[in-house]
Amino acid sequence: MFKNLFYISKEEAYLICDKSQYCDATLWEKIKLNFRYIWCRATRNYVKRNRKLTKAIKTSKLECLEYAERKLIEERLNDQLKNQM
Amino acid sequence: MQDHQLNPKKWIDLYSDYLFNYTITRVNDREISKDLVQDTFFAGLKSMKNYKGEASERTWLISILKRKIIDHYRKINSKKGKAEVRMTYISDDQEGDWLEERVEDESYLNAQENLENSELGNAIYECISKLSDKQATVFKMKTILGYETETICNELDITASNLWVIIHRARLQLAECLEKNWFK
Repeated sequence: MFKNLFYISKEEAYLICDKSQYCDATLWEKIKLNFRYIWCRATRNYVKRNRKLTKAIKTSKLECLEYAERKLIEERLNDQLKNQM
Repeated sequence: MQDHQLNPKKWIDLYSDYLFNYTITRVNDREISKDLVQDTFFAGLKSMKNYKGEASERTWLISILKRKIIDHYRKINSKKGKAEVRMTYISDDQEGDWLEERVEDESYLNAQENLENSELGNAIYECISKLSDKQATVFKMKTILGYETETICNELDITASNLWVIIHRARLQLAECLEKNWFK
């Protein structure tokens, strides 16, 4: 009963870990992830690797174009391409 | 013999964010960066016939962008119409403390840190360029732009569970790529 309440599969644990990198995991999900984290080496490795990636992304202060900005430049470039042909 | 070829139809997908990140770390202004990236693509189109194929497409575009950035700074300086001379003294009474002047100052340390961050950023973009278009778009929207899950799902017409599967695969590939190219 107790085990069933807290048990999640490895895949579910990975999903919750991904979500928690974006603060999208609920408290209950985090508790279940921590429960698996205690006894599952694969989960521990995944969490460690995932945190490392998140830290690298934050440190690099990456910037990118907004979706709409990108589309606008794409349209303009396509127009230029058509004119050139 | 040409080792590389140009494919302008793929420029936006492959290089727009990389060039934008490269520019914004150098000019520190989002609007100007956007314009410079766009100008770079237009200039690239115009000078396609000059491309010899010796450098990769990205290296070639970066070399155009570098000239655009230099031109941008030249324009700013000519607007000012005067050269700026910077004194290193913090206050008058510190003038002549020549020994202290030789100690590494904070701005130098920050510059070094910025350079390292910028290199890490380039390494991450290198890895992002190896993802599929969909994975890269979803990953950038969620991770770099910080969009809400719902917004991305509406924009790209995908379900939330689909989004998390895409994010999971993208993160796996990125972690693996960075381990090979950066963390080693």
